[in-house]
Amino acid sequence: MIDIKENKLARSKQRKQAIAFAIFRVLSYSIVAILFIILTFIIMKGVKVINWNFITQMPEEGMTKGGIYPAIIGTLCLVAGSMIFAFPIGVLAAIYMNEYVKDGIAKKIIKQMTNNLAGIPSIVFGLFGMSLFVNKLHFGDSILAGSLTLGLLALPVVIRTTEEALKAVDNTFRQASLGLGATKWQTTRRVVLPISFPNIITGLILAIGRVSGETAPILFTVAAYFLPKLPTSIFDQAMALPYHLYVISTSGTNIEESRPIAYGTAMVLIIIVLIANLLANGLRKYFGNKVKMN
Amino acid sequence: MYKIESKNVDFFYGTSQALKNINIAIMQNTVTALIGPSGCGKSTYLRLFNRMNDLIGNTKLTGQILIDGEDIYAKGVNVDSLRKNVGMVFQKPNPFPKTIFENVAYGLRVNGVTDKKLIEERVETSIKQVVLWDEVKDKLKKSAFELSGGQQQRLCIARALAIQPSVILMDEPTSALDPISTSKVEELIYELKSKYTIVIVTHNMQQAGRVSDTTAFFYMGELIEYDNTKTIFTNPKIERTQNYITGRFG
Amino acid sequence: MKSFYKKFSERFIEGLLMLSSSITTLTVILIVVFLFKEGLGVFEQKPVENGYIIAVNKANPLNEISSAQIKNIYDQKITHWNEIGGKPDSVFLFRMEDISNFYSEDQIGSNFENLPACLSRVIDSIPNIIAFFPEKYLAKDFKGKQLEVEKITFSQFFTGKEWFPTAQPAAQLGVLPLILGTLWVSLGAILLALPLGLAAAVYMSEIADDRIRRVMKPLIELLAGIPSVVYGFFGLVIIVPLIQKTFDLPVGETGLAGSIILGIMALPTIITISEDAMRNTPRAMKEASLALGASKWQTIYKVVVPYSISGISAGAILGIGRAIGETMAVLMVTGNAAVIPHTILAPVRTIPATIAAELGETSNGGLHYKALFALGCILFLITLFINLSVEYISNRKKHNQH
Repeated sequence: MIDIKENKLARSKQRKQAIAFAIFRVLSYSIVAILFIILTFIIMKGVKVINWNFITQMPEEGMTKGGIYPAIIGTLCLVAGSMIFAFPIGVLAAIYMNEYVKDGIAKKIIKQMTNNLAGIPSIVFGLFGMSLFVNKLHFGDSILAGSLTLGLLALPVVIRTTEEALKAVDNTFRQASLGLGATKWQTTRRVVLPISFPNIITGLILAIGRVSGETAPILFTVAAYFLPKLPTSIFDQAMALPYHLYVISTSGTNIEESRPIAYGTAMVLIIIVLIANLLANGLRKYFGNKVKMN
Repeated sequence: MYKIESKNVDFFYGTSQALKNINIAIMQNTVTALIGPSGCGKSTYLRLFNRMNDLIGNTKLTGQILIDGEDIYAKGVNVDSLRKNVGMVFQKPNPFPKTIFENVAYGLRVNGVTDKKLIEERVETSIKQVVLWDEVKDKLKKSAFELSGGQQQRLCIARALAIQPSVILMDEPTSALDPISTSKVEELIYELKSKYTIVIVTHNMQQAGRVSDTTAFFYMGELIEYDNTKTIFTNPKIERTQNYITGRFG
Repeated sequence: MKSFYKKFSERFIEGLLMLSSSITTLTVILIVVFLFKEGLGVFEQKPVENGYIIAVNKANPLNEISSAQIKNIYDQKITHWNEIGGKPDSVFLFRMEDISNFYSEDQIGSNFENLPACLSRVIDSIPNIIAFFPEKYLAKDFKGKQLEVEKITFSQFFTGKEWFPTAQPAAQLGVLPLILGTLWVSLGAILLALPLGLAAAVYMSEIADDRIRRVMKPLIELLAGIPSVVYGFFGLVIIVPLIQKTFDLPVGETGLAGSIILGIMALPTIITISEDAMRNTPRAMKEASLALGASKWQTIYKVVVPYSISGISAGAILGIGRAIGETMAVLMVTGNAAVIPHTILAPVRTIPATIAAELGETSNGGLHYKALFALGCILFLITLFINLSVEYISNRKKHNQH
């Protein structure tokens, strides 16, 4: 006769499992709780400050009043500048690695170096940007220097997501196109890129999210504590949202009085990240089903 | 009394029916082969005997499966205890990332055996049962991944034997093995019959003929024919069985 | 003609692609070159402010002095010359402003025209004197002896316990407190993040049903996307006051605050990577365990976790890497005291925070500037080491799985 009923051993195993799973569930939910605490706290405080004036006016009275318009503009410039640099190069690099180069030493080196670049702390990018762009190339503290520094930081992000996107394209599409006598580049441009386009854009959006919040790389390459005017050329300094949040919360003229501004700035940063994530996830979901033809 | 009985078993994945009204009775200490073209439901059916299909969400079973007269899907049945009594060997050798010794000891340990001596004894007898002892006795502390594919599969059988089940399920156990390893495993199945009731899924007709006492032919979720292996292979009653066995489709 | 054009454009495009893909490699090389060129400069420069000299009486047998010795003399921790290899006399400290004790303003002259001569005479008349003054006041016929200031050595740099890069008369560049501070805060972070992160990874990959996972996954990604300066700000307004109140401290900016914030920031890395690893456990392996009567929980800790251990450690290591390199959040909540930490409830200062806080105040090419680049080099090497060990771990794993 076999014994398959509940017995002491089975009960003890089940009890242990129930306890373990309960602990894991609680710990996991506490992470979600942490996220919600951070988000709700900043949004609750920030929402009282944010209005049209806040995002369209210059700071006033030692940045304790007024808006954050120049910081928003500065961040927009930096995001645009860094993406103009990093997006095309990143996509081209990924195309080369996924479509052109064969497995071997060269590919290994490029891959390893891209990984290494991705692992370098952002403050080291700041040091590098300062010594190369600001000092060596004499760009000075400028949008150009800041954008290039941020662009280098975003490069591995763009390369990786683009590579993923290209890998997801079924090989039969390539073979079909090459079989019809198309060249490699024609195949890439007319077949592979259109199919992977939505996923590549997802990468772009994530890179924008990342770049808009980075502070350390712009500390010594572009960011200004306060500027009475908006930048007029790429050789001007600029204010930026993350740096603005940093200075008014740690070293402003009057930290207590500028707290509301800080909450507002933090909320704007959170909103940018939220939008980027939602957009990226939405795109992924929307096009994910379309691309999966294999 | 039968060792395993299957009474009016229907099985559903969501809304699609995978098995239709299966009735089988299996005698103790026999080898039963489940054959049929891929997708016919034979593997699904095998996995009902140790409730492996419970792992997949959204499934439904009606009818009864009895082992030693006990309904294994009844309330109050503990799945872990059931699986302790119904061992399983899989398609590909799947040893754990542990030593050879620990692989075989695993089932004992998870079932609460702590007596060191008993564990050592059981490990040794189980490995001897699968005729692997001479090959591994000097490297029991080495990783199981160091063994060849055939050795790994025999180790997996030893692993199943160590907790002394009375039924052993085998899901195409030789499909990933070379001919020599295959014949070793087949010999083993023949040996094990004296102690265990064995149900084996195979798509290899000769294998079913060589090792089994009874054979069940499945087609599209239905049990087409169930009889002595000899009868099935020499004198099937149903034409579709004959067509399959003679290789007209498959 | 057309085919020639086609061929040419294909070649041109391929070249362009190759060029683009080499940019990352080029950048890494450039980072190494620039960082190390500036950083190694620390060991070639004297740790005394440019244009200043240290002088003693001619009778003093000392010829060389290190920056630590200078500091200790001026802090009056060294009071006798024999402590640093001189005569057993007490040290007589002389600062520029002390000149008024010896000479009147008239004697020095309204434009300090007699200052060099006065200095020379003072130093000549006091055998146990040490003086620190600008080189431009060095008399042509100086009767004292200028001391050679030793350059900072490798071992002084790494074992020095004091970081006062702007100290007068001699800068103190010991990075030990900064390295220990970084490790201290990161260790705390990982101790907090590892259990939480692994629990979440196990829960998401093995326990939760698909519906919950589909909700949690983007939330974890969102956690990863929040800028570090926002984490820092949150830490500053919530965690820091909380710590101050809970432990009744004079300041809440502590190593603990840094560890908590860094721990939260390291979570997504740990969760994503170890969850991936656990999900890659072959189904057959899990089924084999369950088929032997193991419970789901036994299967998780006896099979899934050991099987994916290399992925899990990769996640943990990368989490540590993230914590070590993080700048802004730490800068905002740890209080930035450059002392060797003894408790998590005291302010500490990390390497990245030091660079961020001090680089703005340095003069381009000066010793302090170079010292901060040297810190950058240390940071770079740590992260490189982390990357390579992760690479090694995942390669070894591939090897194991026939």
